[in-house]
Amino acid sequence: MKPLKIIVLAKQVPDTRNVGKDAMKADGTVNRAALEAIFNPEDLNALEQALRIKDQAEGSQVTLLTMGPGRAAEIIREGLYRGADHGFLLTDRKFAGSDTLATSYSIARAVSQNEYDIIIAGRQAIDGDTAQVGPQVAEKLNIPQVTYVEAIEEITEFYIIARRRLDNGIERVKSPLPVLITVHGSAPPCRPRIARRVMKYKHARTLTELQDASEDYIRLFQDRPYLKIDEWSVADIKADEDALGLSGSPTKVKKIENVVFKAKESRILENSDQDIESLIKELIDNHTIG
Amino acid sequence: MITIRLVDSKLHKIFIAVNNVFVYCEVQNNRLADVSLELLTKGRKLAGELHVGLEAILIGKGVSDMAKELFDYGVRTLHLVEDERLAFYRTLPYARLVKHLFEREKPQIGLFGATPVGRDLAPRIASSLKCGLTADCTGLEIGDHHDKKSDTTYTNLLYQIRPAFGGNIIATIINPDTRPQLATVREGVMKKEPLMESMAGEIKTLDVNGILQKEDFVVEIIDRHVEEKRINIKNAPIIVAGGYGVGSKENFKLLFELADVLGGEVGGTRAAVDAGYIEHDRQIGQTGVTVRPRLYIACGISGQIQHRAGMMESSMIIAINTDRNAPINSIADYVITGDFAEVVPRLIKYYRKNSK
Ligand SMILES: Cc1cc2nc3c(=O)[nH]c(=O)nc-3n(C[C@H](O)[C@H](O)[C@H](O)COP(=O)(O)OP(=O)(O)OC[C@H]3O[C@@H](n4cnc5c(N)ncnc54)[C@H](O)[C@@H]3O)c2cc1C
Ligand SMILES: Nc1ncnc2c1ncn2[C@@H]1O[C@H](COP(=O)(O)O)[C@@H](O)[C@H]1O
Repeated sequence: MKPLKIIVLAKQVPDTRNVGKDAMKADGTVNRAALEAIFNPEDLNALEQALRIKDQAEGSQVTLLTMGPGRAAEIIREGLYRGADHGFLLTDRKFAGSDTLATSYSIARAVSQNEYDIIIAGRQAIDGDTAQVGPQVAEKLNIPQVTYVEAIEEITEFYIIARRRLDNGIERVKSPLPVLITVHGSAPPCRPRIARRVMKYKHARTLTELQDASEDYIRLFQDRPYLKIDEWSVADIKADEDALGLSGSPTKVKKIENVVFKAKESRILENSDQDIESLIKELIDNHTIG
Repeated sequence: MITIRLVDSKLHKIFIAVNNVFVYCEVQNNRLADVSLELLTKGRKLAGELHVGLEAILIGKGVSDMAKELFDYGVRTLHLVEDERLAFYRTLPYARLVKHLFEREKPQIGLFGATPVGRDLAPRIASSLKCGLTADCTGLEIGDHHDKKSDTTYTNLLYQIRPAFGGNIIATIINPDTRPQLATVREGVMKKEPLMESMAGEIKTLDVNGILQKEDFVVEIIDRHVEEKRINIKNAPIIVAGGYGVGSKENFKLLFELADVLGGEVGGTRAAVDAGYIEHDRQIGQTGVTVRPRLYIACGISGQIQHRAGMMESSMIIAINTDRNAPINSIADYVITGDFAEVVPRLIKYYRKNSK
């Protein structure tokens, strides 16, 4: 089979699944620093699907694309450790404040600077659970989309057959390439890091990271060009500035409220036989149960 | 100073704001989806406040006899699209049709169910119309907004309200400059109420010829197996819910036993679902189902906002948690501080003893 060009869209997100006690500051605002930044879980499922295609179609190239602040280069390294061939980071102050529409515009611009046969995104990012960016990118590229994919059952250079996981069932569809698919969390988990690749890529850096560390990696990049993680700015993707960042985002946050607990008059019970029996009797008497 | 902006924005041409509220209606197993009827109920109230009409879009094959039910929910105009090739939802042709109708009718609000269909379709529409879309709203209201920078007041915007960022905050999102204002809402979040007296509406059929193109059908459905929902916790009068604190799938059996004895159902938090303790169909909260049972027993649940969003309206809440400061306690009617593994067997024991 002919090798394919695969782009995986991945996002670094705060680990909102583990919101601990220190996630809130004393003044009631969110303490972002307390949340670990992770590879969005379903984007790892997406990466695995890409690597499986590469297993089948030898010579295929898997490129990881992420848009975010400088530190998001961390997930590109993670992707390289697990088998991705390249990665690039879309980063620019001007992207700040992007909602899903502006994000998808920027990603679509970046993707169209590359050749691709298949674009693979996660179903949704856990920081907002919107599941919008995938379909919006597909629309901007004017290609079909297959969402909620659990498995790619067949792939050729012309089409894919994918199984979709719906709320109460499954659907199998056949789509021509190029196509954008979004991968559901019920798809197989991503393979772990490969020790050999960790050795090879642990010094992979963006230029900004190097400058910040004031290290002299210029020689290193000359010797081992694969260690350079490309950074792309608004100018690199030839984007219209009005369509990205805050000015390209139709949704605005009007108000953020900290949730004040409207504390009820709760009755405090002991975990004792006596208290629990009287609770049960009360609930039976007032017909809540029984 | 009050001005109403009707000018071109950087984003998109704004539509004159007298237009109607639209609900995209979904068919599941040859019936109108509950979530669509819930959205029509909400849409009718929003339309009432805005003094505009409620309109619905229904696409499929052989679906015209569902019109009556839509009119029972207050739909004034139904845009009906029927075609052999539209028997099942497919992204490209459906998106083309909805976009066509939105461009022609210029709604000010468009609502979609946050189902696999709505979440596939709505972003595609938002992207092509370059308008805002807010997912999984838990509240929708009409309100005004004053933008300080431009000293402009926007009247009658749709407030799209949802919990955000790891819990603890509730965000109100608006789309000042673009129309339509789009939102998705999960099943069960809004109440479903037909009109007391049904009224007659108008059916406008859309001829797909000239709109749909051959390339809209490049993605083929090979087969589909969709079952009726197996688990229905939405309407259960009593719910025993478990969280991450329950600790294992094995431990959940205790909750099933309690639910069984009381004649209820078992639900859980997302953390419990993610950990594989229970099925996804049982998830309660912002991204699961919303429930309003007579009795809600929360075991090993901390009570983050996304979870509370789905159970706050329960008539009575009992919280069982080892942490006496767990947030769930503040919305509970009864707080039992202790290990659920000791408390639940006691509840079972004394229920068996005292029930007739
Ligand atoms: C966009 C978004 C959407 C979300 N949607 C949802 C949603 O729909 N539904 C949902 O539930 N969550 C949702 N969440 C996740 C939510 O923020 C919380 O992470 C989740 O509800 C926490 O679940 P939990 O209470 O089971 O776990 P934890 O917060 O870990 O709480 C476990 C509790 O168990 C107690 N405990 C431990 N051992 C015992 C014991 N032996 N006996 C009694 N108590 C014990 C602990 O004291 C603790 O309070 C969402 C998050 C995001 C970001
Ligand atoms: N900033 C980003 N960079 C790269 N991919 C993204 C970004 N935001 C979203 N995505 C992709 O779009 C999917 C859905 O994201 P969301 O719409 O935010 O839920 C994610 O799983 C990613 O694959």
